[in-house]
Amino acid sequence: MTMNSQGRQTKGDGASVDVETFTGNRALQIEESLIFEKDAFAATGVDFPEPKGGADRLGAMKREAPFNLPGLSEPEAMRHYVRLSQKNYAIDMGPFPLGSCTMKHNARLNEKMARLPGFGDVHPLQPQSTVQGALELIDTLANWLMELTGMPAVAMSPKAGAHGELCGMMAIKAALDARGESHRKRVLAPESAHGTNPATAAQCGFVVDAIPADDTGRVDLEAFRARLGPDVAGIMVTNPNTCGLFERDIKAIADAVHEVGGYFYCDGANFNAIAGKVRPGDLGVDAMHINLHKTFSTPHGGGGPGSGPVVLSAALAPFAPVPYVVREGEKFHLVETRRAAKAEGEGEAGGRITAFQGQMGMFVRALAYMLSHGGDGIRQASEDAVLNANYVLARLSKEMSPAFPGYCMHEALFDDAFLKGTGVETLDFAKAMIDEGYHPMTMYFPLVVHGAMLIEPTESESRQELDLFCDALLDLAKKARAGEAARFKASPMLSPRRRLDETAAARKPILRWAREAQ
Amino acid sequence: MRYLPLSADDRRQMLETIGARSIDDLYADVPKTVLNAAFDLPAHKGELEVERMMGAMAAKNRAAGAGPFFVGCGAYKHHTPASVDHIIQRSEFLTSYTPYQPEIAQGTLQYLFEFQSQVAALTGMDVANASMYDGSTACAEAALMARRVTKRGKVVLSGALHPHYAAVTRTNVELLGERVVQMPIDTQASEDLAAAIDGDTSCVIVQTPDVFGNLRDLTGLAQECRAKGVLLVAVVTEIMSLGAVKSPGEMGADIVVGEGQSIGNGLNFGGPYVGLFATREKLLRQTPGRYCGQTVDADGKRGFVLTLSTREQHIRRDKATSNICTNSGLCALAFTIHMTLLGEAGLRRVAALNHEAACRTADALSKIPGVQLLTSSFFNEFALRLPKNATKVVEKLAADDILAGVPGERLWPHDSEAHDILIVAATECVSDEDIAAYAKSLSKALA
Repeated sequence: MTMNSQGRQTKGDGASVDVETFTGNRALQIEESLIFEKDAFAATGVDFPEPKGGADRLGAMKREAPFNLPGLSEPEAMRHYVRLSQKNYAIDMGPFPLGSCTMKHNARLNEKMARLPGFGDVHPLQPQSTVQGALELIDTLANWLMELTGMPAVAMSPKAGAHGELCGMMAIKAALDARGESHRKRVLAPESAHGTNPATAAQCGFVVDAIPADDTGRVDLEAFRARLGPDVAGIMVTNPNTCGLFERDIKAIADAVHEVGGYFYCDGANFNAIAGKVRPGDLGVDAMHINLHKTFSTPHGGGGPGSGPVVLSAALAPFAPVPYVVREGEKFHLVETRRAAKAEGEGEAGGRITAFQGQMGMFVRALAYMLSHGGDGIRQASEDAVLNANYVLARLSKEMSPAFPGYCMHEALFDDAFLKGTGVETLDFAKAMIDEGYHPMTMYFPLVVHGAMLIEPTESESRQELDLFCDALLDLAKKARAGEAARFKASPMLSPRRRLDETAAARKPILRWAREAQ
Repeated sequence: MRYLPLSADDRRQMLETIGARSIDDLYADVPKTVLNAAFDLPAHKGELEVERMMGAMAAKNRAAGAGPFFVGCGAYKHHTPASVDHIIQRSEFLTSYTPYQPEIAQGTLQYLFEFQSQVAALTGMDVANASMYDGSTACAEAALMARRVTKRGKVVLSGALHPHYAAVTRTNVELLGERVVQMPIDTQASEDLAAAIDGDTSCVIVQTPDVFGNLRDLTGLAQECRAKGVLLVAVVTEIMSLGAVKSPGEMGADIVVGEGQSIGNGLNFGGPYVGLFATREKLLRQTPGRYCGQTVDADGKRGFVLTLSTREQHIRRDKATSNICTNSGLCALAFTIHMTLLGEAGLRRVAALNHEAACRTADALSKIPGVQLLTSSFFNEFALRLPKNATKVVEKLAADDILAGVPGERLWPHDSEAHDILIVAATECVSDEDIAAYAKSLSKALA
């Protein structure tokens, strides 16, 4: 058995149950070669007129050497990508209970709106008089975000959640510098934090000080207080936290960090549990990013693009990055430089963090979600997400071991105690779920729980779907305890590929197609 | 509410199973004083009403495809085949997550592998990652990577690097207390970047085609950088240029960052786009972002996985090479589909059409009295010096429904020397009628 650095098994063993076919295909699952293996290096699938010739201002810079990229005709290309798509699991196929990732339904109305030419086909540097509706949309979304969070300002340009964290922590650093307190270098963050939190703090030049969790899965208040001091820049806390729990002492934490002159950065990854119920502004938050691709359902698209606007308190608002949209009566304009911001009397602002105005395509989708749900629907969605998670927690607790007692928020966290002595590990349990037709839950995160399994069903699942899901997991738990470890070790057996050798992939990386490598 | 499957009856029965009396029992940890705050928000709406509201906002914007369009500077209007948008909307791509479970994500992983292969070939580099947020953040990440590789922090920025890229890089580099040397505006590709290198310099960042459209031969600069142990970062904001112009890899760049929007992705008012990041194999372990690699499964069949993750935040936390946690997956998919349809043959042809359209536009506009063409060697974008403030000219032409380009004042508002410069892009979407209308309107505006 091969292990990676986390102690996870990364190479499967166990016999194949496959029936051999001549093609290697399995009915609806069609094997598909790489585009580079189709002998199409001279072909193209796009018809353009012949260049007229003559014009040439490239001079010595003309590209002569071939670069060897194949071109496929449209039918071949369609088949290639449709066959590939059929090797992917997706929310539209079934439950995708990745805790902390929030795989909820992606409404197709939102896709349709993003493709209106007035949004999808406008350039970021067009004259502002020709994009008033686009600026209005950004301003409207900003107002929704400020209302939902109870915060006075929002920076719209961050391109993803982690980029939002960077934006918020930059604002904290700038505010400290403006106060003449650049010596504050220490940022507190719970051990259970997303990896992006410490990585972001480090990218801002801060030093991270990890705070342990208490035995209820929350910030250990005593340990936290003991670490406060005049060198503390702030604290980064996810709330609801990565264990799926609301930090009951959140206001005390905010007050204490403010008392020593620090700021409270809230990781808003789990805002979807409380949107429309609780305003983070009422909890003493100074900055919080909102993952539009989580709470407001812009599609995850196989790993992005995200979008991570950051709401800011009055103390941090002057340090929001350029560019930003300003409304004057019925007209909108962009403030695009720090000097321009100063001229408008709003302080010097923060430096630019991306070329243009942010993820406009995601803004359109998020606003379509908000308008569709309304204030009432957003609240109902949060309540249903929490209800579904608690239903799963209650039902699965019969065979599996919850990490902490009591109710959860939008995700249910289990440890691997129920697998003790079975020879089955969290990874094996997750892989067995694949054969049952489910995407596994988040595994081995948060790090503070042994063999963690974090299940986030979201509000998009019906009760019937949840019942089948729970029945399937309960059945697997029973099988694990009935001594069927071999079956778990061999799983998945029915997916397009079985366990992949991650160790070999990392040891001698093959990251691109090349003739000789094949 | 059409998106919520639970009925009132479901909710009641589920609470019973849980053993809670009401939904707010589940929120018991939330301080009572802040729970169920009042929000000033409208109630839910049907599709028809939402379409009406959003359609009204969209109608206030002049779409690029609605008339003559010559705006570039980091985002370009190109034609995308219909099949691209169709494929990226397939549920299995649109509604999947980061491929953390490779057994059921081979579709995403294989296209990422193909994407990486295409980007590496286009840029002329050994390896490319699975994409970044956009070109500008990729540029900043390259500067941070150069600091890790060279253990020095000072960054030299060309005076013809897109000023927004320069600003983003400055923001990120200065966060770590390092210095940025910004060269003065250089419309003629005549700056001496090598002379700006000193013992503290980690990298030189230079764009080609540069923000004024000049094609830059980086060969000599690459040699000087190498001799001084400094990394050369080449920025390509118009990736389609690589269908016609020598790649930065051929010229000796150490890192190539780029904006991939031109292939497969719409203008979208600035995002989402797809950042490209390619480098030499020996620098691989210091790179930011995600990689997909080839391997085999338990049955010995070829498959793909995310790899080299020991550089990344979820494993390395505060020691990670970057805090980045996503790539630009769906935009990378659009890129790779479009590139697969084009192939080298199609890319070379569409690039040639871009070049011809730009040459014709430059010829037509530079004939107008008072207009000076500043760029002699270019791909699909060039700079003009006008006899008056270019912002005012652009506004005038917009009133004629011609989007003429990016005025210098928009990019360098505090540098009046640039305010009579107009940067004009012409792609395969530009017709001879568009060019004629532009020339006519510009003559009128300058008369």
